[in-house]
Amino acid sequence: MTHYSVANIRADFPILAETIRNKPLVYLDNAASCQKPQAVIDSLVHTYSHEYANIHRGVHTLSVKATDRFEAAREKVRGFINAASHKEIIFVRGATEAINLVAQSYGRSQLQAGDEIVISAMEHHANIVPWQMLCQQIGTVLKVAPINQAGELLLDDYLALLSDKTKLVAITHMSNALGSINPVETIIAAAHARNIPVLLDGAQAIPHMSVDVQALDCDFYVFSGHKLYGPSGTGVLYGKQALLEAMPPYQGGGDMIRQVTFAKTEYAGLPHKFEAGTPAIAEIIGLGAAIDYLNAIGMANIAAHEADLLAYATEQALAIQGLNIIGQASHKGGILSFTLDRIHPHDIGTMLDSLGIAIRAGHHCAMPVMDFYGVPATARASFGLYNTREEVDVLMQGIRSLIEVFG
Amino acid sequence: MFEDLRDLYQEVIFDHNRNPRNFRVMDDANRQVEGFNPLCGDRLTLFLKIDDGTITDASFQGSGCAISTASVSLMTEIIKGKSESEADALFTQFHEMATGKDHEVQLEALGKLAVLAGVREYPARVKCATLAWHTLDAALKNQQQSISTE
Ligand SMILES: Cc1ncc(COP(=O)(O)O)c(C=O)c1O
Repeated sequence: MTHYSVANIRADFPILAETIRNKPLVYLDNAASCQKPQAVIDSLVHTYSHEYANIHRGVHTLSVKATDRFEAAREKVRGFINAASHKEIIFVRGATEAINLVAQSYGRSQLQAGDEIVISAMEHHANIVPWQMLCQQIGTVLKVAPINQAGELLLDDYLALLSDKTKLVAITHMSNALGSINPVETIIAAAHARNIPVLLDGAQAIPHMSVDVQALDCDFYVFSGHKLYGPSGTGVLYGKQALLEAMPPYQGGGDMIRQVTFAKTEYAGLPHKFEAGTPAIAEIIGLGAAIDYLNAIGMANIAAHEADLLAYATEQALAIQGLNIIGQASHKGGILSFTLDRIHPHDIGTMLDSLGIAIRAGHHCAMPVMDFYGVPATARASFGLYNTREEVDVLMQGIRSLIEVFG
Repeated sequence: MFEDLRDLYQEVIFDHNRNPRNFRVMDDANRQVEGFNPLCGDRLTLFLKIDDGTITDASFQGSGCAISTASVSLMTEIIKGKSESEADALFTQFHEMATGKDHEVQLEALGKLAVLAGVREYPARVKCATLAWHTLDAALKNQQQSISTE
C-alpha cells in the first residue's frame, strides 16, 4: 500500500477548512453526499470558463471540445467500473433516475402481470418505490428478502424467494441505513442459475470499494456522482449491452434519435438512446475529474482507511453506555448508525451540529428499516476518505457530553 | 459544552421531555387527531375533550424529539380550560413566534410557551415545535384525518 496521507487529502477539499458555529467542521454525513476535491471544483470552473457548449450538436469548435470531454468522462466511468463497452454507460441524474429508468423501460417491456421482483428489507426508498409503481402499472408482484437483527440479508430466505415467477432481482450492494455490504456474488450466482437478471444499487458501495461489473456479472449497476465526490445531478446506469439494446427508450427528445419524421422516429444507438435532452454537461465532466482523483489515491487504499475508521469508531461507540449500534453486519462499510437511550436522533443531530459535527438524523429514506428495528429514526455517522480518527474522537466526546446534558 | 444551545434547550424542555405531562390515552375524548412529521418520523396522537366550546381535558401519546415532546406536553397543559377560540388564537400566536414573525409582542402572551421561541433560530427544528399545534388546529377544526407538517 502506498502511503495514505489523510492530511494531504484533506487539503484537497476546501470546504473542510470551514467552521460551523465557530467550530471546525467535522463532516460525517458522507452517505448523504460527499464533499468535492479542488480538482472537481476546478474542472467545473474550467469547463464553464473555457470549454462549454452543448454537446453532440455542433460543428463549432467549442461544441466539439465539450463533446470530447463529455465522452472522455464516459470512458473514465467505464474504466472505473470495468464495463466492457462505453455503450453500457448511461448518464442520468442519479441512482434514483437510473432505477426508475430500468423499472419503466426494462420492467414495462420485459415483465408481465404476475411476474415477481425480489428486493431486500434494507433498501433505500429509491429501490422500493419505482418497483411499487411498476407493480401498480402492470401487475408485477414485489417480494422482500428479510434481514436479521444484525442487519444482514437472510440468504436462505432470499434463495427461497427465487422461483420461476421471479423475473428480476434488485438489491443494494451496501445499505445506506445500516452499512451492511451484501454478498452480491452469491446473490447474483443464485439468480443467474435461474436466468434472472440482477440490478445492484451501488449508490453507497461505489465510494467505498473498487467495483468491477464484469467480475460481479451484475446485469445493471446504478450509482450517483455526488456520493462519489463528484457534482450533484450526475449518475450512472450501467447495463449489459444486450439488455440495453432490447429496452425501449425511457424518455423521448433530442439527442436520442437517429431520424425523426412525423410518421416515425428511429432511435439512436447506445448509449444515446437513453440520454434524451441536454445532460449535466459540466457536471459529468466533473465526475470524470472525481474518478481521476480517486484513481490516483486508489480505491483499495480508501477502503482500508475507511475500514480502520469504522473499526475505531465501532469500538469507541460500544464503550458508551446507552448507545445502541443499529446494523452490526459482519461485512460493513463506513457507516455507524446508532440510537441513544431516551434521546431522540434529532436532538443528537442538533447538539452535535452545535459542536461543528455534521451527521444525519432521520429515517435515511429507509422507513422499512426503521420499522424493522422499531425506531422512528437513527443518528448516522458516515465516513469518507478524508475523515480522521481525531474526528471520531470529537464525535464520541460530543456523544458522551450530550448524554450527560440530557441526564 | 453546549453553550450555543441554551436558547433552544432550556431546562423546562428537558424537564417536559423527561416527564411529559398528560401523556396518556383518553378513553372519553371527543376529538382525536394524529400528527405526523414525515421529515423525521415523529408521530403523536392528540386527544381532546371539548364540552360546550371549552377544552376540559387534553392528552397525547407518541414519540418524538425533546422539542416536539416538550411542545405537545406544554400545549396540553396550557389549553386545558381554554375555549376553542382562545386555543385557536394561541395556535396563531405560537406559530408566529416559532417561525420568527413579530416575536417581541407575542412572547408575553404566550407565557410558559415562550421557552420554545429558540427554535426560530433553527429552521430545521421549527416543525418539531409546531407539530403539536398543527395537530391541535386540525382537532379544533374537527378534521378526522391525520395531519402532516409537510
Ligand atoms: C442505497 C441508496 N440508493 C439510492 C440512493 C438514491 O440516490 P440519489 O438520491 O442520489 O438518486 C441513495 C441515496 O441516499 C442510497 O443511499
